[in-house]
Amino acid sequence: MSTFDTIPNTNQDALVEVLLRLADDRLIHGQRLSEWTGHGPELEEDLALANVALDMIGHAASLYGYAAELEGKEDEDYYAYFRDDIDFKNIALVELPRGDFAFTIARQFLFSTFSYFLYTGLIKKVEDEQFRGMLQKHLKEIKYHLRHSREWVLRLGDGTEESHEKIQEAIDEIWMYTGELFDLDDADEAAIKHNHFIDVTSLKPEWKKIVAETLEEATIEMPDDDQYMFSGSRQGRHTEHLGPLLAQMQFLRRSHPEAEWK
Amino acid sequence: MSENSSNTEWPLWEVFYQPKDGKPYEHAGNVHAPDAEMALQNARDTYARRNEGISIWVVPSNQITASTPEDQGPFFDPANDKPYRHPQFYSVPRAVKKRK
Repeated sequence: MSTFDTIPNTNQDALVEVLLRLADDRLIHGQRLSEWTGHGPELEEDLALANVALDMIGHAASLYGYAAELEGKEDEDYYAYFRDDIDFKNIALVELPRGDFAFTIARQFLFSTFSYFLYTGLIKKVEDEQFRGMLQKHLKEIKYHLRHSREWVLRLGDGTEESHEKIQEAIDEIWMYTGELFDLDDADEAAIKHNHFIDVTSLKPEWKKIVAETLEEATIEMPDDDQYMFSGSRQGRHTEHLGPLLAQMQFLRRSHPEAEWK
Repeated sequence: MSENSSNTEWPLWEVFYQPKDGKPYEHAGNVHAPDAEMALQNARDTYARRNEGISIWVVPSNQITASTPEDQGPFFDPANDKPYRHPQFYSVPRAVKKRK
């Protein structure tokens, strides 16, 4: 199903749409995090960021794999390498350039907190066993991502003057991209009807509570929610940053589509 | 590492992990970290990502008191000429063996 098709109305189309939205968020976020490999502030943190990146790309691969099975595509690579930016359904938050370490941590914290509540909610609702099995497996790693990024938010916020300034700036800058986490469109509504998704707007109070508590402990000021919020990425209206990311991620596979690891 | 990273290194922590319930902790290696909680996380990422253990200890390296090479003689040599100090010196009576 491409972006401009109508709302998915069969059970399978609705499920595929959910799988791709979840997977695209994770693949793009994982790709951004992987840019830190070899550039981390310390060897140990380099390793930690690469681990989180690998986890996210792994989550995406299993979700794509299931979508490929349902849609009769050869494998997960089709979705990762042979779609263009307009077909990607990830939110803008995860495609923004990696920025500095504070920006990377702030983004990961806001996203992982959301993922934690989303997956917890989905596990209770989803009836498809294969999908639920994946969610349960991924949730364990999401808990670790949340812990890793939360601990860093606390240390940067309540650390030195410079670290405080950087994480505050990052949170302020990212805030307008958090609205999309809670956007609900017709495709989501269709998926909810088939028990493949939940009403994400209901997750906002819990998400806000954890974020507010953490920011307060970190002495970071919480941005005003009553501001312009970016939207439209799930429908293919991305920022200018996604294209170059995809170009780098896809060019090798597209230049050598038959190449294999030996 | 990044060109603008600071040169002040974080303190060093020794990492121990327990392979299974009831087993003694084993030394895995060490990590740099700003504090104990981050040392635990770094230890997990460095030494326990592939199911190596069920529990981790981290200890500030500078809190460990170690014997020195000069201690080697007085500490360890006496055992060599006193084989009766080793349990293997004694043969186990047949009755005890049978009970096993």
